[in-house]
Amino acid sequence: MGKDALKRTSLYASGASPVNLLQARFYNEDCLVYDLEDSVPLAEKDAARHLVYNLIKYQRPAGKYVIVRVNGIYSEYIDEDLEAAVRCRPDAIRIPKVEYAKEVKRIDERISEIEEAAGIEHGSIELWCNIESYLGVLNAQEIATASERVVALALGAEDFTASMRSTRTKAGAEIFYARNAVLMACRFAGVEAVDAVFSDINDVEGLKNDVALTKNLGFDGKTVVHPRQIDVVNAAFTPSAKEIRYAKRVLEAVEEGKREHKGAVTLDGGMIDKPMELRARTTLAQAKAAGIEM
Amino acid sequence: MKNALGRELPEKIGSYKVRPYSGTYENDAVNRCVVSNRKPTLRPASGTKLLPTLEDAIKATGLKSGMTISFHHCFREGDKIISQVLTAVRNLGIKDLRFAPSAVVNIKNPSIVEFVKDGTITRIEASGIRGELGDAVLDGLMEEPVILRPHGARPRAIESGDLMIDVAFIGASASDDYGNCTGQIGPNACGSLGYAFVDAYNAAQVVVITDNLVEYPCNPVSISQQYVDYVVKVDEIGDPAKIGAGAARMTKNPRDLMIAKRTADAIAASRRFVEGFSFQTGAGAIAIATTIYLSERMEEKGIKASFSLGGTTSNIIDMYKKGQVRVVACSQSFDAVAARAIAENEGVIEIDNAVYSNPYQKGCMLDKLNFGILGALEVDTDFNINILTGSSGEMMAGLGGGPDVADGADISIVTLPVVRGRTPSIVPRVFTLCTPGTSVAMVVTEAGIALNPKHKYYEELKEDMQAAGIKLTAIEELCKLALSITGVPKPIETTDKVAAVIEYRDGTVIDVIHQIKRK
Amino acid sequence: MEIKKTASAGTLESSDVMVTVSPNPEGGLKVSIDSPVLALYEEQMRKAVTDAAADAGVKDAEIALNDHGAIDCVIRARVMAALCRGAEEAYDWAKEDKEA
Repeated sequence: MGKDALKRTSLYASGASPVNLLQARFYNEDCLVYDLEDSVPLAEKDAARHLVYNLIKYQRPAGKYVIVRVNGIYSEYIDEDLEAAVRCRPDAIRIPKVEYAKEVKRIDERISEIEEAAGIEHGSIELWCNIESYLGVLNAQEIATASERVVALALGAEDFTASMRSTRTKAGAEIFYARNAVLMACRFAGVEAVDAVFSDINDVEGLKNDVALTKNLGFDGKTVVHPRQIDVVNAAFTPSAKEIRYAKRVLEAVEEGKREHKGAVTLDGGMIDKPMELRARTTLAQAKAAGIEM
Repeated sequence: MKNALGRELPEKIGSYKVRPYSGTYENDAVNRCVVSNRKPTLRPASGTKLLPTLEDAIKATGLKSGMTISFHHCFREGDKIISQVLTAVRNLGIKDLRFAPSAVVNIKNPSIVEFVKDGTITRIEASGIRGELGDAVLDGLMEEPVILRPHGARPRAIESGDLMIDVAFIGASASDDYGNCTGQIGPNACGSLGYAFVDAYNAAQVVVITDNLVEYPCNPVSISQQYVDYVVKVDEIGDPAKIGAGAARMTKNPRDLMIAKRTADAIAASRRFVEGFSFQTGAGAIAIATTIYLSERMEEKGIKASFSLGGTTSNIIDMYKKGQVRVVACSQSFDAVAARAIAENEGVIEIDNAVYSNPYQKGCMLDKLNFGILGALEVDTDFNINILTGSSGEMMAGLGGGPDVADGADISIVTLPVVRGRTPSIVPRVFTLCTPGTSVAMVVTEAGIALNPKHKYYEELKEDMQAAGIKLTAIEELCKLALSITGVPKPIETTDKVAAVIEYRDGTVIDVIHQIKRK
Repeated sequence: MEIKKTASAGTLESSDVMVTVSPNPEGGLKVSIDSPVLALYEEQMRKAVTDAAADAGVKDAEIALNDHGAIDCVIRARVMAALCRGAEEAYDWAKEDKEA
């Protein structure tokens, strides 16, 4: 997958279950996360590593951004997880509970060593950092800029609220600051911002409301807990025909202004400023990435 | 010789003379009168049709060795009639029977295999065989090949004289002592008796078997006294839990849900999805989920269906109650809710299987069907369907109405996953050909939707799907993907002996199933 | 790698395989497979097992598969995991670097 791959949805599939890992390729998620962490029992960590390694190596799904979520930075599994994960060459490795930039730097160095040993082009494996605690949120800016490899920060709301002693609610006021803080760090670093999961898989309306907020805040995507959530989240991040039409008109007006050397460009009587132009470009990029013909 | 689909067929199998499938309907039948074994009978001489035991009834019918007996399958896995009747037949020393149930029978304790082994049954004609019987037949149990027919072909076979029934045994959940009976009421209600009508109309002798004798006249009545010779009351005709437990639930398997959703989306994208359209979905997990999604799409578009057809589930009854379907035409009832619904709702009606699916009778309801959903074990790159045999060649299921629905419906949609375990379901060539690919409009899988370029509505469907932004893929791509996951399997080895013959709707042979070579 | 004890990996779920390895006192690899698709895929399945054993450097072992439709790379993963457990050794992920 290229660097401009869509990252609207990332779905976890348990490294303990061949049937889950094999089926996950068929859903519409943009990013498939092969999980070695939470969904794998302690006694199965070694077997999950072999399973994930072999499935990515021999049955890599076409058209998906492939991620391996490794175990925690301070766990006994991290070294071997990285050895295996780097060598099956996923698009990215996702690190749980990142709290300091130095942790990212350490992982980065370790990946570089393995890349070199395995003859993999340096820097080809990207990093996603899960922000799942108040420390992670406070240090988000340093984390996002800690390594060239970092391409996304992903908020984990359950662990974050636990670290805050907050109560997790569907409305999500308790994570509102964290969402904004992570987003700002992402925008500062020029990386993607991935929102937390909506846990109630049976509440479709709740998910729709939640992902509308996610989108309006400015996130680029969202982690999903169940395949059923994928279409709703993808739809929220896919520009509508109306949005695409408007974005095109904005950019056409900008182009025309440039050709005619106008200082200020207007559309429908209003001024087009730089942010409007930027938003229009984002809309069209999202539409293009979503495979919409324009 | 080869038939029009390239399947190699012998000229003759035992006493069975093969007429190869030619690609068009065999038209001999339409120049002949309907054949029936029904006898005008001055009845009843003794003043009663009610006999104390099954043995008494069998003796009264004059059943002799070499004759043909039939059963319906409306009690499905809960049937307790077939084993009781066959045991009584055996006790009377009658042998060499042709056993012709309306569909798959998979009875256990005793199994049909025992009745074959002791010579009670020497020929079988059904819609499918599986379990112990299926395995035994594939291992060469029978001298004569088993003849398998889809639902629509059985009434044709009966009325053309290919399958003359001497005695029809008809289980009913309520009957009076004069033979007026039904499956709609009573403790063991099975709902529609759709598959019993053609037997009642054409058998030489008809025995109704019930565990629920009601006051004369039975009301409602499905099969009238005018066709019934004898009535027997037994302790139990079925196991209600297996006839059809409560309402069928929506599957939780995300793969099946995804296939179902895509199917409903494809239907909703068709120009035929308009006020008054008609549909048939079926009873599998994907079919039930498709029904539920379809109901949502209808609500969104604000349209209602004129009728739903075939085997009916509680989900269809829910749609009827919401006013989304005007007439629910039941040839079979798949669960307890659907079984009771016929008696309770004016628009939920019992229909004769022949009305549902027989192409040789001045038009069947399938001719008026817009959308039909089909399940399958395998589909090949010519869109041919296998609904009978599994990955190792074993008998898995029955033909049901699959070949009928595919051909009858404007748009027939096969729903299936591309792989099951390590078994590819989209293959270069189906092991057993049951439904010709030309009658299949599209295949919906978790890995994509493929349209059949040889289907009569291909251009229309392509246009509609593209207009709705539904991505299409080639069936060859799905096949390639399936095999890239599973690997290419070694072909199943068979002997020259034909264990089963598969007839198409017109009685021609579409394929045969050979005995499996065991190591 | 030397198999020191009986060990297994995998489950009896659909698309998975339960692999049990144990020392083979007679020497060599002894592979037994129980699978619903054995007639269709026996050669591929055996190759997946022997390849995995060779890659893990295991020469003597009894390897038994209780298969429920696992594809080759799943078989390979489960065999590797079982062998490492039976040998009480960590897998040498750097092994293939040298080959590459």
